[in-house]
Amino acid sequence: MPDKMHVKLTVNGEAQEFLAEPRELLIYALRERLNLTGPHVGCDTSHCGACTVIVDGKTVKSCTLFVAQANGAEITTIEGLGSPDDLSPLQRAFREHHGLQCGFCTPGMITRATKLLEENPTPTEEEVRFGMAGNLCRCTGYQNIVKSILAAAAEINAAKEAAE
Amino acid sequence: MIPAPFEYYRPREMAAVLALLAEHGDEARVMAGGHSLIPMMKLRMAEVPHLIDLQDVEGLSGITVSGGEIRLGAMVTQAEIIDSKELAQAAPILREAALQIADPQVRAMGTVGGNVANGDPGNDMPGLMQCLGARFTLVGPEGEREVAARDFYEAAYMTERDDDEVLTAVAFAVPEGGYAYEKQKRKIGDYATAAAAVQIRREGASCAAASIAMTNLSDTPVWSEAAAEALVGTELGPEAIEAAVTAMLAEIDPSEDNRGPVEFKRHAAVVILRRAIARAWSRA
Amino acid sequence: MKDDVESREDRTAGLKGLGCARRRVEDLRFTQGKGNYVDDIKLPGMLHGDFVRSPYAHARIKSIDASAALALDGVVAVLTAEDLAPLGLHWMPTLAGDKQMVLADGKVLFQGQEVAFVVARDRYVAADAVELVEVEYEDLPVITDPFESLKSDVVLREDLEPGADGAHGPRKHHNHIFTWEVGDKETTEQVLEEAEVVAEEMVYYHRTHPCPLETCGAVASMDKVNGKLTIYGTFQAPHAVRTVVSLLSGIEEHNIRVISPDIGGGFGNKVGVYPGYVCSVVASIVTGKPVKWVEDRMENLMSTAFARDYWMQGKIAATREGKITGLWCHTTADHGGFDACADPTKFPAGFMNICTGSYDIPVAYLAVDGVYTNKAPGGVSYRCSFRVTEAIYFIERMIEVLAIKLNVDAAELRRINFIRKDQFPYQSALGWEYDSGDYHTAWDKALAAVDYKGLREEQAQRVEDFKAGKTRKLMGVGLTFFTEIVGAGPVKNCDILGLGMFDSCEIRIHPTGSAIARLGTISQGQGHATTFAQILASEIGLPADSITIEEGDTDTAPYGLGTYGSRSTPVAGAATAMAGRKIRAKAQMIAAYLLEVHDDDVEFDIDRFVVKGAPERFKTMKEIAFAAYNQAIPGIEPGLEAVSYYDPPNMTYPFGAYVCVMDIDVDTGVPEIRRFYALDDCGTRINPMIIEGQVHGGLTEALAVALGQEIAYDDLGNVKTGTLMDFFLPTAWETPNYETDHTVTPSPHHPIGAKGVGESPHVGGVPCFSNAVNDAFRAFGLTHTQMPHDHWRIWKTANRLGLHG
Ligand SMILES: Cc1cc2nc3c(=O)[nH]c(=O)nc-3n(C[C@H](O)[C@H](O)[C@H](O)COP(=O)(O)OP(=O)(O)OC[C@H]3O[C@@H](n4cnc5c(N)ncnc54)[C@H](O)[C@@H]3O)c2cc1C
Ligand code: FES
Ligand code: FES
Repeated sequence: MPDKMHVKLTVNGEAQEFLAEPRELLIYALRERLNLTGPHVGCDTSHCGACTVIVDGKTVKSCTLFVAQANGAEITTIEGLGSPDDLSPLQRAFREHHGLQCGFCTPGMITRATKLLEENPTPTEEEVRFGMAGNLCRCTGYQNIVKSILAAAAEINAAKEAAE
Repeated sequence: MIPAPFEYYRPREMAAVLALLAEHGDEARVMAGGHSLIPMMKLRMAEVPHLIDLQDVEGLSGITVSGGEIRLGAMVTQAEIIDSKELAQAAPILREAALQIADPQVRAMGTVGGNVANGDPGNDMPGLMQCLGARFTLVGPEGEREVAARDFYEAAYMTERDDDEVLTAVAFAVPEGGYAYEKQKRKIGDYATAAAAVQIRREGASCAAASIAMTNLSDTPVWSEAAAEALVGTELGPEAIEAAVTAMLAEIDPSEDNRGPVEFKRHAAVVILRRAIARAWSRA
Repeated sequence: MKDDVESREDRTAGLKGLGCARRRVEDLRFTQGKGNYVDDIKLPGMLHGDFVRSPYAHARIKSIDASAALALDGVVAVLTAEDLAPLGLHWMPTLAGDKQMVLADGKVLFQGQEVAFVVARDRYVAADAVELVEVEYEDLPVITDPFESLKSDVVLREDLEPGADGAHGPRKHHNHIFTWEVGDKETTEQVLEEAEVVAEEMVYYHRTHPCPLETCGAVASMDKVNGKLTIYGTFQAPHAVRTVVSLLSGIEEHNIRVISPDIGGGFGNKVGVYPGYVCSVVASIVTGKPVKWVEDRMENLMSTAFARDYWMQGKIAATREGKITGLWCHTTADHGGFDACADPTKFPAGFMNICTGSYDIPVAYLAVDGVYTNKAPGGVSYRCSFRVTEAIYFIERMIEVLAIKLNVDAAELRRINFIRKDQFPYQSALGWEYDSGDYHTAWDKALAAVDYKGLREEQAQRVEDFKAGKTRKLMGVGLTFFTEIVGAGPVKNCDILGLGMFDSCEIRIHPTGSAIARLGTISQGQGHATTFAQILASEIGLPADSITIEEGDTDTAPYGLGTYGSRSTPVAGAATAMAGRKIRAKAQMIAAYLLEVHDDDVEFDIDRFVVKGAPERFKTMKEIAFAAYNQAIPGIEPGLEAVSYYDPPNMTYPFGAYVCVMDIDVDTGVPEIRRFYALDDCGTRINPMIIEGQVHGGLTEALAVALGQEIAYDDLGNVKTGTLMDFFLPTAWETPNYETDHTVTPSPHHPIGAKGVGESPHVGGVPCFSNAVNDAFRAFGLTHTQMPHDHWRIWKTANRLGLHG
């Protein structure tokens, strides 16, 4: 049995250190070691995006990343995107526009959408659909997810304009 | 789905990578983005007792366009290809193809080196690189060598690369003329039912040069010299295109899978190829 | 006082009751990643279970050697059938009256069948140990085709006594399960014989899978000190699970607590009882530690609960003018290795006998033969009420086939056969009483909305253009008019394992005027915490925001049969309204006492009781709630609580009219949905926002099924569609925008007139997408082509019709 390795991560701004087998998948390290159970496992084969987190600025599927690969990385999960007193515009928009039902895909959706709006602050509907195609939802039929993201984009842009 | 245990290495220098490969033989494997390898390991269809992560190895990154040449470091991701303004200018077919691979999260991890080294007939980059006449740089115990993409693929998962070699870069001349990457798939996240990469250079009314390759229609990518030749010197009338298609059909050898039976794939290949040629020509 | 100036409209709006697009209370935690799903549960000392599964579809097990696995550090136990046999748990009863192996007992009957259960320190060791269990198999001939199965000498179920009756009567062959017959065979066959026109077709509804984004799983925890067993799991029917576990294990029911935490989608996948649940319970009892089992996606697709797989042979008789005179259907149902369908006991083919659809068909006959094959067991209602999806797909295809035979417009053919408004309540030829409907109004509205005539003109032009070589795309107009049957159901004819299919609600009003209501159902995304509070708000006059809805904990919730088959609103929603009315009745007495008038002299008004004729004299429900706890009122017990167990007098019959416009590339077989219009009538609308969301979701699942989603096997019984690469779940990119619309025809027997909507879009959507594909080729001589309509099959159809030159 190979030795466990010393893993250091910064997760949602907090430094974390632990010993882990290199084969441990990042999703399980987050969920089971750090109790960040927002990201979920939906498919195991990098198709569904329920496990999406941000690693060093990229949205990735954490079911297809060994914790060893992520060693030293800065990670943001859904838990780091807003707090009960300060929800992110996307978190608010998903609720306002009924962008979720069972909620299982939602953490991955919002995490991916956060990045999408950073990359493209004024997406068209088509760009949202294309940019969210790595995240599957079985409940909503996507229509309200798309609506939520477009609404959040509008809100963020309006706030930016107001600030300028 | 949990992979079997392995020893993990993250060297900074190529020499260390090569030493590990030499030491562990076929028990060792390099990993780039991991988005072909890790799913296989999780399904326990690939066992890798010694996993060498290339992410920190120097000299494998970067996109350079200079002197009519394009060089992509092996660790350049599909997302980087899409985001590169330089590349969009110099070889827009790359962006067009990369956008048709997987989804945003996968493209953030998947690398060009992994895609071409993997040897999976479903991968899009090998056919694309054959179309572009790319050369792959391999580094091994004996030093460095270059292999043409068109000579690289032997069979599914079997390539010209020796187990103790690492692919460090992909290079090709800045392509000229019109281009198209056309792909039929069942949904985003699926591999090609049929895909075609076409580059066409036009002089006056006629075609001066062409290169055509197709993906997932055989156990290797199919670059068809005959198909290209059928176009060169013509004005791409129906007969020329028919000849190109016929030439390609003679070279592909698709197999049945969930995407459909052989007869359908052959038909889809024709349709996709025609569309790719038409689009490339319209841009030439 | 604020109340004095508030208008009635403001007071009504403040309640956020019926009809309000109330934002969901669940979403605050879900959007922050703070849901609590079964795999999020972590108990001290918890072990992990994982299955050794059969790579063969049919094989005898010669031996199982677990010694290497047991030698691995961290492995606690490896359970096999031999270990379960002394407890009588190596087999378990299915919901369909059959039994199923928990762990392979001598042989395996499908690929992926559970052979041994490894229990280990963590998921890593468990996965390693699974690889080390050595099983020696001797492969047996594999049967994947139900028709072949009925002819084969190969006996699949050696455990069943040859010639003995099954749970639903005589078995005709060793691989036959049951025959179920409904209707008047003789008259129907006579009508067919004498009919002016008869259309015939074999309609196959392929095997698929509900595939919620969260797979199935459980955490079982046996507390040996207190003798209590707690099971957390992905259960759509937690109370039924408690009863079943008690019956199987011998543990008294009061010592078992079943908790369904948040559920990541169900769609029927989480109704059944699976070997994983049983094994985690046994493992926890054996080890005295909590044991978690969560299947991965591949296991989910291979072993837990497929749906459909119905071969429906149909004949429909009509006059030359198109009036339908009779319907005949024989279905061959592929149930896989065990009959584990989740249907009410008396309905081995569910409500397949709703297959006369929305039409006034005077006589009909239906027979269903269930058959064993070497495929996974299941047959669950994937976003549908017990085979309604199959029934409606069947009739909506048959109508189209008849329209082709008669050479008439399929919309008009539907119209002249609809059950008329004045015929409700309508007695169907196959035994149902439809509660209410207004089909003609809905149909006309739908056709007008899409400019049906214009679409047909455009389509005709397209055909011309195609023939002239101007385009390679054909246009299909898919029509569907469906009637659902949901809300099982009256206890007199619906039970599961002998448990009547009522449902329940218990309400406690707190002194300060807020409340908690607990129900026997469990939300899997439908938003019960939001909508049931709305029902209650309108009934008892307290704001929905002041009402907590709790479900899924059998220690606290009243007994109920759970959530599937769109039964929550029709049954538990009714129970909620009825319990609310009990609260109101008591509140009326309290109000009358406080206002010093007779009970009959006060009346309910939105959020208060007012003295009749003197609206300035009133007591708000909030005041009444407080009074219930602080005043000694003669003849009235303190407190304000109520419970209702609701046994519905009938099912409800939601309906809808759908139109899909599709363009099909005949060369690649790629379909493109240009437009989808969905009109739903689900009776009284509780929350329009949630209804719309349900419709979008159901339609997308319908799109998936119609256009490619299948569980496919090769001849050796290997599953070909085991990952989400091959099992088609569309992304946002392949999914269109939908237009939704509605009419409102309340259910006359439901307390608030609501009918349920969660499954309608799936039931209506599948035939609508499929009809669009078929319709695109009608001009070229196509009568019917089987689903799923993936690229190659569409291409094949075009090819068969000679459209590739
Ligand atoms: C859901 C999904 C959909 C996908 N769809 C597509 C698609 O449509 N088209 C497509 O082309 N791909 C697709 N892929 C594959 C994806 O593009 C992969 O990322 C890519 O094929 C491999 O790149 P990688 O960097 O992840 O390689 P890895 O997975 O790290 O490696 C793949 C193989 O190449 C070897 N290797 C990697 N780098 C080197 C190197 N520098 N030298 C020598 N050997 C090396 C590894 O040892 C391994 O055997 C998909 C993947 C997923 C998960
Ligand atoms: S679990 Fe990671 S993509 Fe599905
Ligand atoms: S809300 Fe259930 S999967 Fe998206």
